[in-house]
Amino acid sequence: MLRNEPSITPALVAEHGLKPDEHQRILKLIGREPTITELGIFSAMWNEHCSYKSSRLHLRKLPTKAPWVIQGPGENAGVIDIGDGLACVFKMESHNHPSFIEPYQGAATGVGGILRDVFTMGARPIACLNLLRFGSPDHPRTRHLVSGVVAGIGGYGNSFGVPTVGGSVNFHTRYDGNILVNAMAVGIARADSIFYAKATGVGRPIVYLGSKTGRDGIHGATMASASFEADAEEKRPTVQVGDPFSEKLLLEACLEIMGKGCVIAIQDMGAAGLTSSAVEMGAKGGLGIELDLDAVPCREEGMSAYEMMLSESQERMLMVLDPAKEAEAEAVFRKWGLDFAIVGKTTDTLRFVVKHQGQVKADLPIMELGDEAPLYDRPHIPTPPKPVIAAGSVTPPMSNRDALIQLIGSPDLCSKRWVWEQYDHLILGNTVQQPGGDAAVVRIGDGPKGLALCTDVTQRYCEADPVQGGRQAVAECWRNLTAVGATPLALTDNLNFGNPEKPDYMGQFVGCLEGIGDAARALDFPIVSGNVSLYNETQGRGILPTPSIGGVGRIDDVAKAASLSFKAPGEAILLVGETRGWLGQSMYLWQVCGREEGAPPPVDLAAERRNGDFVRGLIGQGKVTAVHDLSDGGLAVALAEMAMAGGVGAAIDATAPDMHGFLFGEDQARYVLTARPQDVGAIEAAARAAGVPLQAIGRTGAQSLTLPGESPIPISTLSSAHEGWLPAYMAASPK
Amino acid sequence: MKAAVLLFPGLNREGDAMRAIEQASGHKPTLVWHAEHELPAGTDLVLVPGGFSYGDYLRCGAIAGRANIMDAVRAHAARGGLVVGICNGFQILCESGLLPGVLMRNRDLRFICKMQHLRVERADTSFTSAYAKDQIIKVAIAHGEGNYEADDETIRRLEGEGRVAFRYCDEAGHIGGAANPNGSTHDIAGIYSEKLNVLGMMPHPENLIDPLVGGTDGRGLFESMASFSRAA
Repeated sequence: MLRNEPSITPALVAEHGLKPDEHQRILKLIGREPTITELGIFSAMWNEHCSYKSSRLHLRKLPTKAPWVIQGPGENAGVIDIGDGLACVFKMESHNHPSFIEPYQGAATGVGGILRDVFTMGARPIACLNLLRFGSPDHPRTRHLVSGVVAGIGGYGNSFGVPTVGGSVNFHTRYDGNILVNAMAVGIARADSIFYAKATGVGRPIVYLGSKTGRDGIHGATMASASFEADAEEKRPTVQVGDPFSEKLLLEACLEIMGKGCVIAIQDMGAAGLTSSAVEMGAKGGLGIELDLDAVPCREEGMSAYEMMLSESQERMLMVLDPAKEAEAEAVFRKWGLDFAIVGKTTDTLRFVVKHQGQVKADLPIMELGDEAPLYDRPHIPTPPKPVIAAGSVTPPMSNRDALIQLIGSPDLCSKRWVWEQYDHLILGNTVQQPGGDAAVVRIGDGPKGLALCTDVTQRYCEADPVQGGRQAVAECWRNLTAVGATPLALTDNLNFGNPEKPDYMGQFVGCLEGIGDAARALDFPIVSGNVSLYNETQGRGILPTPSIGGVGRIDDVAKAASLSFKAPGEAILLVGETRGWLGQSMYLWQVCGREEGAPPPVDLAAERRNGDFVRGLIGQGKVTAVHDLSDGGLAVALAEMAMAGGVGAAIDATAPDMHGFLFGEDQARYVLTARPQDVGAIEAAARAAGVPLQAIGRTGAQSLTLPGESPIPISTLSSAHEGWLPAYMAASPK
Repeated sequence: MKAAVLLFPGLNREGDAMRAIEQASGHKPTLVWHAEHELPAGTDLVLVPGGFSYGDYLRCGAIAGRANIMDAVRAHAARGGLVVGICNGFQILCESGLLPGVLMRNRDLRFICKMQHLRVERADTSFTSAYAKDQIIKVAIAHGEGNYEADDETIRRLEGEGRVAFRYCDEAGHIGGAANPNGSTHDIAGIYSEKLNVLGMMPHPENLIDPLVGGTDGRGLFESMASFSRAA
């Protein structure tokens, strides 16, 4: 019989984040009151993070398939075929709340978790990216959070030995009490040797590998644990501590035993640790699992079954091994100095049985733990549309020259060099295009093939119009990959939203997902992995809806990748796409006019596709010398970035009725290109043939950027504004 | 050239180093595990690569500097064999007693990864013969603890005996100020042993061997070592 320790009271159930009706569901499912360990297991399996109970209904609507998709959502990471017998394995995941509490360790373990997801599938990580959102620069905690998060991401990735090649950093007051730390990892594996969580075979040993289990990261458990051990628990950190050294050893050991054919199934211990990994392996394989916790390597004495099942200690893996190769696998782990313990076996009972010190602490139906998790169709209301703001109705408060200098040195548009110079972006010797461009380009092995990688979302668009914002996030990611010459293949999403129990925030979620789905379908850019992070709010106010998109594209020859820097004087500057001067929700309206208003630019997906395919074609033919996608800050900011990157200026001679709209409008589906003068005629003819709007707007040259009707801005002036803001901000003492 | 690349748990640039050696010499180096007691017979060059040996949780390089294999490396160096330590490898060579001084936290207390120019202080050693004296080269740096320090007497000796291998400088070759990324004494980026057969350096020449990935200024170091081995 199951011995029940503390009695299960309504208060204890609530402490575990389970609603009364969810408690009833448990009673109905198992026909009795759960033990405390079982209650912990249910709370871990049925929380929002693991069960996707608010989001599952809507996630199902996303396109996840394409001929090149090997594995879509549902495994540790997504897998796509990139040709030559190789597969790319990638995923993005959030570590928002831990990073707010303890920025260094929160961010570090976020990186560790996502790297583990990738190498669990048999891939060697080749690149990391991230997407960070901080509160207003004026908020007293922001500096501390930026400093800690950046150091934590670097601290983990640098030591692990993977280059961090790209990312996005924005600031907004709506993240003051709830920052976002989304980390993405990308790995390469042989397409015919991908490893999955699905266990097979009855009576096979379940092996625990990696670091020891401690009491870190046991959440929702404060009160329940206190009843076991008086007040000691109150001092325990709820944020896990990362150990990149152990993770590096775990990587090498895992890949070594995978290469030797020892591994039948593998699952990393991430959220909900041993519970989630064991249940996943059993449920996916249609098998029962029996665990004997006496064998679990523990960091501290006297850990209860409850604590072991809920610990989120890092750098741990669970595997089902081929019994014939158990000794071989153990020798590899011993060589790397890692723990190796047989902690259970697969069974044919379809029960999840947990034993500790001779007692059965849990005995639950394994399939139902996942399958019978609550599923909610939360009420949602659409975001009311915002008015369209015509450029002519916006009176420029300053010259376009001054506006550009201000924008290029604003918190969101300034150079993030201070950040990415703390990340080792050069290790492995394959970083063809480093941070600062539209997308990072990473060569695979000795080439010539490579991957283009980027992360994007424009949260202010998502707030103003979730559907257009969702479309735009996907379209911009696709455009950034296209701008370096890559063929976009698939994306991973990290959906950061507020409280889903509030219909307006749920409406933002539903709207963004609709937009993401639209764009992914129209651009043949399926979603292969992702993560949902809800309840991002403080004192009743949610964050800006932030569906981060991480994209992967293929480049057949990295030597032919395009970059954004102006290459030489005397080249033609061409603007691709239709420019109407859309100022609603633009950086110009926000940062220069002080207005966060209006409808965001609509996204015409057919135009995105047409214009992008056209640009990619030109890059492939070697017809263009520089390419840059237009996004935040519009044309003028893009031109400034190209001039600064190349050390070559430009003179712009286009005319428009509302020049500030032309220069700073954020119309979508646009690119700036440069070309040698002799190639312009052919490019214009090709654009006409393809139905792509194309306009010659000026010429490169000199050491300054000259906007129509304005005095030249020296590149050095642009650079000092662009490079100056972040280091100065971080060096200043907090107010 | 017969090269041995040491592998301690937590190192992570061994692959980059092996690629650079193979490209320059045409021969694949042997990876040697830290628990070994001997180097492969006939080893010309021992390279200690970068990374975070044992997580650098103790003083950088302190544990690796005392590993089994280091006795063999010290014997190799005593015989006049070539030894080069890069980044964590430099820290390990300092901790093992093969080179003097210590690498402290960077001046700004932050990890820094960027392209960095160096001045080649002399071109008459086994490591730099492919360069010209005072040549300015561009390589990568990626470290949190690269601030070289030693007592005054050691610094005087290093300078007086021509044992500074590379100095940090800017693109135009100017030394000092902002050109020094980590606060290193006398802008030192790398040093030699007394007999000039052991080199330790913080920057990563092994990451600058390819025109597509930053440039090829790092090749010279590997080509120098390869041609020295061919001549020997």
